[in-house]
Amino acid sequence: MAKIRLVRMSAYFGRTRALREINLDIPEFNVTAVIGPSGCGKSTLVRCINRMHETVKDARVEGDVLLDGENIYGPGVDPVQIRRRVGMVFQKPAPFPTMSIQDNVAVGLNLNGLALNRGERAEIVERSLRRAALWNEVKDDLGKPGTSLSGGQQQRLCIARALAVEPEVLLMDEPCSALDPISTAHIEELVLELKSQYTIVIVTHNMQQAARVSDFTAFLLGGVLIEFGDTKQIFTNPERQETEDYITGRFG
Amino acid sequence: MKTVEPHVDARRMWRKFKSGAMMTAAVLATLLTLVPLFLVLGYLVKQGVNGINWAFFTRLPRPVGEPGGGMGNAVLGTLEVVGLASVLAVIVGVGTGIYLSEPGRNRSVANGVRFAADVLMGVPSIVVGIFVYAVVVRPMGGFSALAGAIALAVMMTPLVARTTEQALSMVPAELRESALALGIPRWRTSLSVVARTAARGITTGVLLALARIAGETAPLLFTAFGNQYWSTSLRRPIAALTVQVYTYAISPFEDWHRQAWAGALVLTAMVLVVEGVVRSISGRGLRTPR
Ligand SMILES: Nc1ncnc2c1ncn2[C@@H]1O[C@H](COP(=O)(O)OP(=O)(O)OP(=O)(O)O)[C@@H](O)[C@H]1O
Ligand SMILES: [Mg+2]
Repeated sequence: MAKIRLVRMSAYFGRTRALREINLDIPEFNVTAVIGPSGCGKSTLVRCINRMHETVKDARVEGDVLLDGENIYGPGVDPVQIRRRVGMVFQKPAPFPTMSIQDNVAVGLNLNGLALNRGERAEIVERSLRRAALWNEVKDDLGKPGTSLSGGQQQRLCIARALAVEPEVLLMDEPCSALDPISTAHIEELVLELKSQYTIVIVTHNMQQAARVSDFTAFLLGGVLIEFGDTKQIFTNPERQETEDYITGRFG
Repeated sequence: MKTVEPHVDARRMWRKFKSGAMMTAAVLATLLTLVPLFLVLGYLVKQGVNGINWAFFTRLPRPVGEPGGGMGNAVLGTLEVVGLASVLAVIVGVGTGIYLSEPGRNRSVANGVRFAADVLMGVPSIVVGIFVYAVVVRPMGGFSALAGAIALAVMMTPLVARTTEQALSMVPAELRESALALGIPRWRTSLSVVARTAARGITTGVLLALARIAGETAPLLFTAFGNQYWSTSLRRPIAALTVQVYTYAISPFEDWHRQAWAGALVLTAMVLVVEGVVRSISGRGLRTPR
């Protein structure tokens, strides 16, 4: 079943169109990879799914994005509520520098005005850190600043921070591009574990990574969705010549 | 071994000479700046230190001819007026700075506000005093501590707004993005994430602005006015160190001159303490990720 459905969705920055009439069904409890050369619109695509695109000045979206069948761009829909249901992890890990590790994890809950007592808070912090496979490394240093962690740990902290809000979908925009191979392997393992509970969309420049972690793959080129399908099929027997050229490294 | 051509050698000598000459000029210029500073401070200490004693901070001014007395009311008044001015300026100034650095704001409104702030910073302080006299003192029916604080706040607010904006613009955009993506509302993101990250820079800006206005006399002349007695009421005239120093310094009395020097020294020391705090805060660096 499609958790997210893009229906003739176009995205603009001012007058330039970055995405053109995308139709795409993203299946629930699966990992969908978004690949394509730099500047083709991958980040823009995922940012349209949690209404972050519109935070850029003069940026707007046309068409529909259905989350569980409901248009998130419909009238009266609060983008803040959508962002709580659709979490996001960015390329560069950015823990909040004024906050401790535990506060970084709990920040989404605290600032969303949820009244939690100390015990509930600690429980959510632990559960989120465990899910992000970071608990064992930081359980004795929860009060330390989030920025004191290594890059790979910071990225997992950002994943924990996103998970603490209990989203249904997790968007990851090149989550490993700033990380070393070991941290990357950590995150990939994590993605595979998380997909039983979340619908995951991951943007990556790394073909091997897309092949390793994803069930479905979408190939974008110049703001157009060229091909979407089963990852195995895309990587072994793509339908379109452009897809094959890109995957085999002939351009991009 | 490499042989050095004579003209290359000559050129190197010339370069060395130029470098040396520039260095000497820079050192001289630095001395030229520092010498007056230390002369002023040194002279101030020499003249003022005799007048400083316990009574200076605890006693009221005495009439001419009577020895003793102090400027306790003026010290207290300065603290009150500057403190209230800072509260007002922080509320308005920090709010304005946050607005100016907000990415979603209306660009032409922001430019207008920025322009107004820059103009306000350039307005002579005496003009600010007259302005507040017209819009606060006259309607209220008299000089007051409140009017003095408002005058100082008018001077301080644009400084605070601009430095706040600057401090906020140094916060990486990724932090704002991350917060918004967590479903944190925009106003909370601005306050609890962005402003909190820039808190040290904002504090530094506020303290520097405070140090600037603490030494102002002109805006207080027609507003707080001065007072020979103890008063903390916001609705009545209040003494301030700057005004007191001014009044005493232009008087013909030897005693008062001594008191004026002491007042000037105390005022300078207060400002230096604030500057010291600023240095210790900003010296530790703005806490930004990596
Ligand atoms: N803030 C912006 N303002 C204007 N145009 C933008 C902005 N961000 C992106 N674009 C344009 O939109 C297009 C798609 O950008 P996007 O960031 O989605 O590409 P991408 O596929 O994520 O690239 P990369 O792999 O380099 O991250 C690009 O042509 C880019 O120039
Ligand atoms: Mg991108």
